[in-house]
Amino acid sequence: MASEVATQGEGPSGPPGSRGSRGLGDRVASFVDRHVVGVFVSPGVAFVVVMMAFPVAYTLYLSVHEWVGGIDQPPQFVGLDNFQRLLEDQRFLLALGRTFLFTGVAITFQTVLGVAIAVFLHREFRARGMIRSIMLMPMIATPVAIALIFRLMFQPQLGILNDILTSIGMPPLAWTSSASTALWSLAAVDVWEWTPLIALITLAGLSALPEEPLEAASVDGANGWQRFWFVILPMVRPVVIIAVVFRLIEALKTFDIILVITQGGPGFATETLNIYVYNTTFQYMRFGYSAAMLIVYFLVVLGCAVLLLRFRRAKD
Amino acid sequence: MGTTTDTERSDEMAPVEREPRPVRDPNSTWVRVRGPLRTIGFYTLLVVVLVPFLFVFYYMVTTSLMSPVDITAADHQWTFTPTLDNYRAVFEQTDFVRFALNSLVIAAGALVISWVVGLPAAYAVARWNVPKFALIILSSRITPGITFLIPWFILFSRAGLIDSYRGMIAVHLIVVLPLVTWLMISFFEELPTEVLESAAVDGASVFRTFLLVALPMVRGGLVASSIVGFIFSWNHFMFSIPISGRSTETLPVAVFNFMSYGQVNWGAIAAAATLMVLPVVAMALAVQRHIVRGLAIGAVKG
Repeated sequence: MASEVATQGEGPSGPPGSRGSRGLGDRVASFVDRHVVGVFVSPGVAFVVVMMAFPVAYTLYLSVHEWVGGIDQPPQFVGLDNFQRLLEDQRFLLALGRTFLFTGVAITFQTVLGVAIAVFLHREFRARGMIRSIMLMPMIATPVAIALIFRLMFQPQLGILNDILTSIGMPPLAWTSSASTALWSLAAVDVWEWTPLIALITLAGLSALPEEPLEAASVDGANGWQRFWFVILPMVRPVVIIAVVFRLIEALKTFDIILVITQGGPGFATETLNIYVYNTTFQYMRFGYSAAMLIVYFLVVLGCAVLLLRFRRAKD
Repeated sequence: MGTTTDTERSDEMAPVEREPRPVRDPNSTWVRVRGPLRTIGFYTLLVVVLVPFLFVFYYMVTTSLMSPVDITAADHQWTFTPTLDNYRAVFEQTDFVRFALNSLVIAAGALVISWVVGLPAAYAVARWNVPKFALIILSSRITPGITFLIPWFILFSRAGLIDSYRGMIAVHLIVVLPLVTWLMISFFEELPTEVLESAAVDGASVFRTFLLVALPMVRGGLVASSIVGFIFSWNHFMFSIPISGRSTETLPVAVFNFMSYGQVNWGAIAAAATLMVLPVVAMALAVQRHIVRGLAIGAVKG
């Protein structure tokens, strides 16, 4: 994306108008239109290019510099040292692994649950509108507020989750206070927040499907599970995959809930790439090193998106 | 013959009458719930599915109404005497109103610039089919935000834009602008081209046509996309932490910072969270469909 932005520039000449030119008047109008596209679009494009192309170029510049301790210090050119150090940085490599683990767990659960809920809800009943409203709430409620409430819920003594567990005869859990469960607890928050999005997108996909294949399948004697697995799922798969790719890119970038609930702790147990980069920059002020990390991070996100879209095209 | 899509209860579901149309409209479904037992079974399962989503909000609101004694009790107090003390504490002990106003001003600023810059762009993309420009605007949505946050932080520090409304509006604009532009593209696309063309034939300049013909026709969409844009700005956290300062703290940053000051007052936190979420949920329900589209922008078109 970044290179695209950089090379596009803010050229004001749009592609020629798509309307066929019939007379002289139309030709004049089309000539005007062509410039209008540039005039109308360039401010927005210019803003985005300035706000993004500059940072991307600047990040590249920073990544080959050592710059520690505050913005008053002069940056020093160090070549590829930062990248070499990354390869030996245990904390970075573990954060990278955690990013994938968190994303994998969260996406798997929200996809399975989301599709299941969509299939379950895809029928006529009263209160459909109400259901939609309820499902909308987790993803639209301010993430910081939601994270604070989960932080309270996860408290071993105060929080309600352990009260519920013990009241049904289960042992209490450490949730976010133990290194072994913290990342999973955070993934659960992401699942809670984003399962509805997968469900709603899948539901929209289901509504657009024709019913003939399903009828044919039931005439052929397919049972509920077979109809789901062999008819519904293949038809709705393209929609689900798009939703998953989108969620995957977002989950790799998860920040709010991790920073608010655990700040990356206990220890470094929930420190994902986003959090590590954030701390490296704003706590330790190591701008050059974090820039090198950002480049790796950006490539990871881009790579995941490209891989998944390839996979989707191959399947179709 | 219609079929059920639910695997577990398929044997219980009633067959439904056939619909003649080959492609179904978005509101139709494969299955109708029939019979009292099935209805009860379905609604029971529905409640089971929905309770987890609602419970967090229930917990948030009830905690905000509890006294400290009830919150710290050994077991969760399902019944308690509600009190507004936590809300009083939020308003008396913090500058809650000022933080809310900051959020409001920054979101409004980002929205107004999004209108000025994004509406013409959306109109041009929809009318003359130039998706490339729209993709450039969208690319800010795909790149990890922290990639540009750090250079901004350095640049803004040098330019004295940290803790300024201008700086905050600029970073929120990168969230709001793509959203408003992309939502508006689809609204502009729905406009009948004939009307716009006939305005041109009547001698109206393209700009006049845009301003006086097209814009009034999409005012419903403008309201919807503005609400969605406002919500995204209101909710935004990551960019706001380093760029904001004492005088421009938005609500999420301020409430997050409450936690750092010594003892955590959970009742007040819950009250602040409730106050922060309430307006957003209220607005979101008004423009449901567009929220999901807004959230899925990039997924659907990218």
